[in-house]
Amino acid sequence: MNLRGVGVSPGIGHGPAYVLTASVPEPPEGATYTGEAEQEKERAMAALTRVAGELEARGNQAGGEAEEILKAQALMAEDPGLVVKVRSLIDRGLAAPRAVYEAFTKYRDVLAGSGGYLGERAADLNDIRDRVVALLYGHAMPGLPAAPAEPYVLVARDLAPADTALLSRGDVAAFVTEEGGPTSHTAIIARAMGVPAVVACPGATTIRQGVRVMADGASGEVRLEPAESDVAEAVGAATVRQAAVSEAEGPGRTADGHLVPLLANIGSPADLAAAREAGAEGIGLYRTEFLFLDRAEAPSAEEQRRAYRAALEAFPGGKVVVRTLDSGADKPLAFLPSAAEPNPALGERGLRAFRKFPEVMEAQLGALAEVATDDLMVMAPMVATAEESRWFAQRCRAKGLRGVGVMIEIPSAALRAKDLLAPVDFVSVGTNDLSQYAYAADRQLGAVSALQDPWQPALLDLVAMAAHAANGVGKPCGICGESAADPALACVLVGLGAATLSMGAGALPAVRAGLAAHTLQQCTFAAEAAREQTTAGAARAAARVHLPELGRLGL
Amino acid sequence: MGERKVTVAAEVGLHARPAATFVQRAKQAPMDIAVAKAHGGDPVNGKSILAIMGLDVRQGETVVISAEGEGSEEVLDELAEIAGKP
Repeated sequence: MNLRGVGVSPGIGHGPAYVLTASVPEPPEGATYTGEAEQEKERAMAALTRVAGELEARGNQAGGEAEEILKAQALMAEDPGLVVKVRSLIDRGLAAPRAVYEAFTKYRDVLAGSGGYLGERAADLNDIRDRVVALLYGHAMPGLPAAPAEPYVLVARDLAPADTALLSRGDVAAFVTEEGGPTSHTAIIARAMGVPAVVACPGATTIRQGVRVMADGASGEVRLEPAESDVAEAVGAATVRQAAVSEAEGPGRTADGHLVPLLANIGSPADLAAAREAGAEGIGLYRTEFLFLDRAEAPSAEEQRRAYRAALEAFPGGKVVVRTLDSGADKPLAFLPSAAEPNPALGERGLRAFRKFPEVMEAQLGALAEVATDDLMVMAPMVATAEESRWFAQRCRAKGLRGVGVMIEIPSAALRAKDLLAPVDFVSVGTNDLSQYAYAADRQLGAVSALQDPWQPALLDLVAMAAHAANGVGKPCGICGESAADPALACVLVGLGAATLSMGAGALPAVRAGLAAHTLQQCTFAAEAAREQTTAGAARAAARVHLPELGRLGL
Repeated sequence: MGERKVTVAAEVGLHARPAATFVQRAKQAPMDIAVAKAHGGDPVNGKSILAIMGLDVRQGETVVISAEGEGSEEVLDELAEIAGKP
């Protein structure tokens, strides 16, 4: 059987499927048991104890912040109040899974009613509940295997940043998710790790545990039980491409020597080594919120300084663009709480959260100012208006920060890029959110992922507007969305006037090779040809006509 | 019955790490531990992290911790220190 999704991180990955059970079914209402109440209670207690033990063990293994979170979760699994409730529900005739389900629901509702930080803990309780219920039903435990015998293909409905916090690069052969688009976290993390990934793959979660899977992160093809010869052939073709790509070295430039610094997107100092290995010339997007996911409290100034200094030291002489905390929507921060919003992606996120919690922004800008060098640049996410741009620039300048910019990821910002540019030194286009907002298509939703195609002509127009405005005033316009990770699109972005390209480290070698094989004029022609089309597919095809060397490179 | 009145100093209130540390210590004690908000409200089981979190004690609020029996004074001192830690 074969499945097909959208390839978002190139390469061939194969191994046994590990299916992350995203949703454990609700035990039927009024489910009863046969046999003695005492035995049923023992069954429930044993499951609670085992889940607590597993959470504690995972915590010990993870260490640091994750350890504290997991140990608190272990305490919740064995909570005496919860235990009493489970026992009394079993006495009333309910089967262990249903009793556990109802007892957790009671506590969850109390916490959820409080909103904010406590509301998020309600999600923790759901996770613990699902683990216990899955265990009682004899289903696989949600969670990732530690130290697997061979790298596995991780299959899930979708992955949240919290799911992937503990992933180790050597353990995962590929990602396959049923939901998610090219800019979902699965895609971003896969590219950062250099692991092949296929998202928006219908039927993915029907893959059975342990079945051998081969995922092609370029074509989006997912094959179940592939013949060994097919695996060998696919790996061989990928190796040829790898060899062609690895010939390109040095700083990013076109065939005729037009320099385009190639930068890396990172989420923590742990990503710096991979960025350097891939030949990044600096950091184009430091997603600082990823440093502090799962934190109950704002990180200390010293901890922040350490994290920022590490990036500056890893790239002496290269620029490091730090984005201020971008909380909200798919990556909430407990210390920047937002009210429950019907549309979190359109809510108080990014720079807007700082309007409410200016002290958190002041602390972050202060920490940045203390480690600032000439290479440090700071930019704000989710800037919609010139006023917001001016406000952010003023706060940065007041701290003595010199390189100040704003992101262009809202259509209004692209339309009035000239106004937003006036108070700042540069802009950087976040193509992921820009397409989400331009097409009114949720990034997390597989069903609308076709609209998230970064080749959509309207998206190219918005990028062109921003780049044109920046070039008009002699300030650089970078691209830090994942669209820069597509070698053909990277050439088009340069043709549209992008000064720098920033992407997950894994994509750098292919982009460098693609760019080095074409002149600036070819890039410009490719960009013009793409914008003349009316569909994403036609734009891609039209651009590639002007980029003939990509085929030779296997890109 | 021994009692300690403590003002919670941690920025997160009696949640997250402070709550977990508190409950871990309380669970080691042989006697019952009760925690209540100083200004009304029923006391809850100090060994239950869910109950403690449900109290929703914020920074600057005062709680009353109570326990009875041999060694309770010592336990109360330790718990008061944990709850009052910034």
